[in-house]
Amino acid sequence: MPRLLTATRRAALAALAAAPMALGLGVGPASAESVLRIVPHADLKNLDPIWTTAYITRNHGYMVYDTLFAQDDKLNIHPQMVGEHSVSDDGLVYTFTLRDGLKWHDGDPVKAEDCVASILRWGKKDGMGQKLMDFTKELKAVDDKTFTLTLNEPYGLVLDSIGKISSNTPFMMKKEHAETDPNQQVPEVVGSGPFRFVKDEWVPGAKVVYVKNEDYVPRSEPASGAAGGKVVHFDRVEWIYIPDPATAMNALINGEVDLWETPAVDMVPLLEQNENIELAVIDPLGTQGWLRPNHLHPPFDNPKARRALLYAVDQAVYLQAIVGDPKLYKECAAYFICGTPNESDVGVEALQSHDPEMAKQLLAEAGYKGEKIILMQSTDIPVLNAAALVTAQVLRDVGMDVEVQAMDWSTLTSRRAEKKSPADGGWNIFHTYATGADATSPIANIGVSGGGVERAWFGWPTDEKTEQLRDDFAREADPMKKKAIIDELQGRLFEEVVPYVNYGQWFQPVAWRKGLNGVLVSPVPFFWNITKDSG
Amino acid sequence: MYAYIARRLLATLPVMAVVGIAVFLLLHLTPGDPAVVIAGDYARPEDIEKIRENLGLNEPLHVQFFSWVGALLSGDLGTSIFSNLPVAKLIGQRLEPTLALAIATIIFAILVAVPMGVIAAWKAGTLTDRVIMVFAVLGFSVPVFVIGYAMMWLFSITLGWFPVQGYKPIGDGFWPFLRSITLPTVALGIIYVALIARITRASMLEVLTEDYMRTARAKGLDNNALLIRHALRNASVPIVTIIGIGIALLIGGVVVTESVFNIPGLGRLTIDAVLRRDYPIIQGVILIFSGAYVIVNLAIDLSYTVLDPRIRY
Repeated sequence: MPRLLTATRRAALAALAAAPMALGLGVGPASAESVLRIVPHADLKNLDPIWTTAYITRNHGYMVYDTLFAQDDKLNIHPQMVGEHSVSDDGLVYTFTLRDGLKWHDGDPVKAEDCVASILRWGKKDGMGQKLMDFTKELKAVDDKTFTLTLNEPYGLVLDSIGKISSNTPFMMKKEHAETDPNQQVPEVVGSGPFRFVKDEWVPGAKVVYVKNEDYVPRSEPASGAAGGKVVHFDRVEWIYIPDPATAMNALINGEVDLWETPAVDMVPLLEQNENIELAVIDPLGTQGWLRPNHLHPPFDNPKARRALLYAVDQAVYLQAIVGDPKLYKECAAYFICGTPNESDVGVEALQSHDPEMAKQLLAEAGYKGEKIILMQSTDIPVLNAAALVTAQVLRDVGMDVEVQAMDWSTLTSRRAEKKSPADGGWNIFHTYATGADATSPIANIGVSGGGVERAWFGWPTDEKTEQLRDDFAREADPMKKKAIIDELQGRLFEEVVPYVNYGQWFQPVAWRKGLNGVLVSPVPFFWNITKDSG
Repeated sequence: MYAYIARRLLATLPVMAVVGIAVFLLLHLTPGDPAVVIAGDYARPEDIEKIRENLGLNEPLHVQFFSWVGALLSGDLGTSIFSNLPVAKLIGQRLEPTLALAIATIIFAILVAVPMGVIAAWKAGTLTDRVIMVFAVLGFSVPVFVIGYAMMWLFSITLGWFPVQGYKPIGDGFWPFLRSITLPTVALGIIYVALIARITRASMLEVLTEDYMRTARAKGLDNNALLIRHALRNASVPIVTIIGIGIALLIGGVVVTESVFNIPGLGRLTIDAVLRRDYPIIQGVILIFSGAYVIVNLAIDLSYTVLDPRIRY
């Protein structure tokens, strides 16, 4: 746009721009260099990262709480609050000793009994935590700094569970708070993490303020993902929630904020052209799209109809519709995220072939006779809105009668719990997505559960073999054997179960002002390790 | 007069009661469950049920209603389901930005629109009149967010005069407050300028053709006295009425403007609460809005007695 201005107009604008400075009205830079201003991806509505799985509350958790173990940028597990740990020869007893210098924000020392209470609360709420608790015989504090976890039988995911990076992350809380019912919020925020939450300055829907925890003792290792030394270089971090993407972009361009966590993909080209802005994908795992059929009702109670979906879906079309820029997406059929140790290519041919004729044939074999397909469309989440529209067309192309029912996400999340037939208020298909960090293993990826009406996620796939393989994976410690289980499980998922159809993997860039350094590579945005050039 | 005011104030009670019942029923009969939103995407049905139980959402509707009304009568608007903060505190945090924006917008609109309408009527049929009316049509037609983004580009990004977003309370100083409120006020005010200017013009045109205006002219009154003391005063009842309607319409406009300029006001609080089904906040805010609407209407009705001595209650 500035190129369109004539020299005279530019001069006039420059003079106008100077005018308010003379009146003392200038915008000017931020008043203090030690304030980092962030536009987060969502508004922080609640403060208990165990009570809710909301990612924004998880991110808040990382600011104020600390974890026993943490995943680095390659997803390897490292001790964080734990100084030393050991496993008995029979693999049944894990002993953990806390490192020195850990303090709660109220000054009390972090004790082993706090950690025991925190793990127990998280274990009642989180899927991986519940699984760990199923294998746990006893969890007890030995002394102020040491606690043990004793298993019923060997379990291969102990450290993966208590070091998991995403929701529900097992954050450590004071014993008195960790004893709160996990379905109620903790009464106050007292963590031991690198930042303190300033409750008086919290305006839900607008602003969250954290200040540096001067008592925090970072680990000596360099920061990597959620692991390593959490060294804070700012006195204060402000999360300024700006729901309107255009306004957020303008605020970043104008220097009113330093970093925008989730720039809208249609704004990326504009940001790329701005010489003051840097863009990068910091979450190498990205996000995986899920087209979820209802396994309880025809036609998708029939495996052939579900497999028809695999042949009907063309990931490229979905990714073009929801992301657009090929730099920011990847066609990836694997259930457990491409680019991770659990990526597998077993059984992917059906999804990769895009064969509508095969889809029609499978639908005919499944006995589909033109019954109405109820597709729930979430109109307030752009990605899901676009995916639903693509699916509607894809299904019509293979001869299905589709009724798209538009609703907001809140309504959809209630409606999807309905097990009634689609004609009676139930549904056939909805769309969602999972961040890569939540889909990298058969235990973390709740979408592949075959636990049926009782235990599986909405859509309720039922398959004992799948459940058996998931349990085998959980018990197994040998990486080679784990990989073999993954291959077998994925084959089963593609050939028989089709719990969901993966409509692609995409990557959300983060935008920040040039001069900001040390933004960590991770599925979760962290605000330690970041520095800002002066001037 | 005082009896009339008392009657009108008393009449607000059934209005508020009807609003309260309607809002409560509409919200609770609308699909969507805050417990599901809280529990997150991966929650088990039993977790959702426990959250519903803890929040009292599994109680029968009439129990929930009377519990809410009981708390309301003791001055308690309830607690946000999500943030666990009192609704009164949340509304208190958001009241100043919304009030500041609404008051500034109405003042701006009146100061600009009334002179424009008077001039347009006075110069009816001339180029001046047409230019003003073209502006009025444009101002009424262009959406607030388009004006907002255009002003943001020019005055914030290009000229650097104003911040792109945010609100500074007046307690932080008058200049920071003024800078934060100027663009939203103008963006939101243009539509009201257009509306009020058109009504002012129409009303003035009608008055200017009255016999007493001809008499006033014949007496040799100058234009200022003629237009302001005689014409505008007699044309003011419809103008004040449209200003009152404008204040009611502001509630909708404020929501958009607050989103565009990222002002943490009541409009955004309402939108966020609706999307998450945070019932206590929605109920509290709508009650406040409806109360404000009733009071504004009463104030407008009372102003008629000042503007037109023939009107008596």
